[in-house]
Amino acid sequence: MALQSLDIARRSATTTEAPQVRNTTEVAKLIDVSACIGCKACQAACMEWNDIRPEVGNNVGIYDNPQDLDDKTWTLMRFSEVEENGKLEWLIRKDGCMHCADPGCLKACPSPGAIIQYSNGIVDFHQENCIGCGYCVTGCPFNVPRISKADSKAYKCSLCSDRVAVGQAPACAKACPTGAIKFGAKEDMVHYAQSRITDLKERGYQNAGLYDPQGVGGTHVVYVLQHADKPSLYAGLPADPQISPLVSLWKGVAKPLAMVALGATALGSLFHYVMKGPNEVSKELEEEMEKEDAK
Amino acid sequence: MIRNPRDLQRYTASERANHWVVGICFILLGLSGLAFFHPAFFPLVHLFGGGVWARILHPWIGVVMALFFLIMFFRFARLNLMGAADWDWLSKVRKMVDGDDHDMPEQGKYNGGQKLLFWGLTLSMVLITVSGVVMWRSWFDFPVELVRLAVVVHAAAAAFMIGLIFVHVYAAIWTRGTIRAMLYGTVTRAWAKQHHRGWYRQITGKN
Repeated sequence: MALQSLDIARRSATTTEAPQVRNTTEVAKLIDVSACIGCKACQAACMEWNDIRPEVGNNVGIYDNPQDLDDKTWTLMRFSEVEENGKLEWLIRKDGCMHCADPGCLKACPSPGAIIQYSNGIVDFHQENCIGCGYCVTGCPFNVPRISKADSKAYKCSLCSDRVAVGQAPACAKACPTGAIKFGAKEDMVHYAQSRITDLKERGYQNAGLYDPQGVGGTHVVYVLQHADKPSLYAGLPADPQISPLVSLWKGVAKPLAMVALGATALGSLFHYVMKGPNEVSKELEEEMEKEDAK
Repeated sequence: MIRNPRDLQRYTASERANHWVVGICFILLGLSGLAFFHPAFFPLVHLFGGGVWARILHPWIGVVMALFFLIMFFRFARLNLMGAADWDWLSKVRKMVDGDDHDMPEQGKYNGGQKLLFWGLTLSMVLITVSGVVMWRSWFDFPVELVRLAVVVHAAAAAFMIGLIFVHVYAAIWTRGTIRAMLYGTVTRAWAKQHHRGWYRQITGKN
């Protein structure tokens, strides 16, 4: 949503400050896994609002449909059957972009303005600036961005930035029939989550908690988990997601280091020539050959 | 300048053509690659028709470069095997760079520096080619951990190689009478005797 330019906090492959004079409220989407019934209304609403229609897939014996996120599936219910405390539990997690405060995709992206982080916390892909390199996939600790086979652009959940821009909640939050998806100021969402967590603890879920991983600076999609001590139960949600140190090395110290080293080599060469002069063939040898030629 | 018929042939036409195919690929890859590496260079993508085109073309140019580099490797590898004289030359290179080449040990077709550069470039090419394939999402889908390693290797090896090429180009400019060897194939006998006396002896039969 380029019209929101004044609300930009960070912009991919840009070394100067983004326009950011306006103060906006940090938003968050709260997904209360304990209240989710797996109806997929959120998936349908996402398709509807964003005009995306994934291919109709095949039933492989599980409820996940489609089986993975793709360029046209920006959110996906992932169903996990686990045994906890001697009981079977059906954990249903709505997967999609977490809108990290420190987004690995944005850090990795080489194309200026292809990935934008608004000051309200939403991380958005601007496909018109996307070059299709897939670096965002490399940067993401949650395995979210997908490259389209049709146009080679990267796609993911926009947190309905277009709706949020005009004061509406994301389509998924609007469609959820149980109130498992809530949207609002992050502060409010965290506050509401605490009441849910207290409730869950009273009902025997001692390890209930909020998933707002600090390794990526916190996220703008947060989960209430019954088993916050074991996030991996929820279809492999990472316990401590972080931007890979390899990506940090590549997009961090490597850039200035390489630039300085190459600049020094180029300038060093020039100044060597200027100060030491060229390496010429000696006069004696040239004369020797001239004499030979004259014979 | 009229070319002396007694000038020495240093490179055949096909060796020269091979070198310049690799050289052109290097320049194109360097420009497009730097564009992806650092935002300061991103405008270079416009030389290739924009960001998407640069992303599409870069790996294909890489394929061409890898193939022609491989051919060049087989042409020159034997001539670049390091010997005792080369290490001796390298140990004295500081004096040479300072402008005094009187004490340098006699060198064959290539001196120790050129040989080391050859192996440095070969190593870079292997690393860049392998990691480049891993990063090529249009055709391959490697595990993300491997891709993360590949992007670092690709960037580091490419920066190293660009540095080596700076040295390569500067050495050719600094040592006068060298570039013509790669342009039309010949060098003067005086040049050969001064810089590569062993090679001069070998092909002229003189001292």
